Amino acid sequence: MNKNEFLAELKERLAGLSETDMNQSLDYYTEMIDDRMEDGLSEEEAVAAVGTPGEIAGEILGEMPLTKLVKARVKPKHRMAAWEVVLLVLGSPIWFSLLIVLFAVVFSLYISFWAVIISLWATVLALGAAALAGVFGLFTTIAAGHGWAGIALFGVGVFLAGLTIFAYYGCLYATKGIWFLGKKLFRSVKGCFIRKEAVR
Amino acid sequence: MDIQLKRGLLDVCVLAAIKDGDSYGYQIIKDMKPYVEISESTLYPILRRLEGAELLTVRNAEHNGRLRKYYHITPLGLTRIEEFKEEWKELLSIYEFVTKEGVSDEQE
Repeated sequence: MNKNEFLAELKERLAGLSETDMNQSLDYYTEMIDDRMEDGLSEEEAVAAVGTPGEIAGEILGEMPLTKLVKARVKPKHRMAAWEVVLLVLGSPIWFSLLIVLFAVVFSLYISFWAVIISLWATVLALGAAALAGVFGLFTTIAAGHGWAGIALFGVGVFLAGLTIFAYYGCLYATKGIWFLGKKLFRSVKGCFIRKEAVR
Repeated sequence: MDIQLKRGLLDVCVLAAIKDGDSYGYQIIKDMKPYVEISESTLYPILRRLEGAELLTVRNAEHNGRLRKYYHITPLGLTRIEEFKEEWKELLSIYEFVTKEGVSDEQE
């Protein structure tokens, strides 16, 4: 493959990216090939050394934020023929509802991740509030004339305060774990998009 | 090696490759080669990421009648290298702890 063929194929595989992103990638690889040729390699060798357009496109798309990636993928690579437009419109009850389902699934996953995190922290907060109430309850109960009950309440308060500290650290680690899992899930979903692209 | 770990390490390697003076893509790869092999397609997203994080800046300069991009480290980039050195000290002490016992668990 010579340089122009290489660049043309890379351009095709990156179709849909914004003009700036595309040009930046092409400039970079042009420079790399030129520099290798200056270093003594033949054009063919230099092109082979930088990798195949498929790999390179995969790497570039993999680094892209998901929103940009979807936008790039959704943009058609050629002008749509009349029959394609007709099909698209006729099929809209199907693909549109499927699209809504897809969004709903992603959205509910997102919500449930947050729900777990929020409920964990709510528990810690509730424990903390109960501990405070217990400790300060000492004064109000004593003022009301129930000394022993106040001391018992104080004990419970101190116990709960201890529990809060434990729960706080547990919660912190759980949140980190959930966060990490979520990120991993997100990455693998993104991976599906790109792999499909690379084998094309 | 753990992919997340390697990514972070390569970022710092690229910064180190331009810390003593501006350099261009192919030169960075050649300078790193004796220590760590990195391909063009790996370097590209790293450079973009470092530029985005303002750890380096890019300028175009003419070379043999064509344009070449030169990368220049920013003060923020230099700080990142220093941070890495500090983090590494911490890692080294962990390594020492892990390998301390010696004989019993040296082989897997």
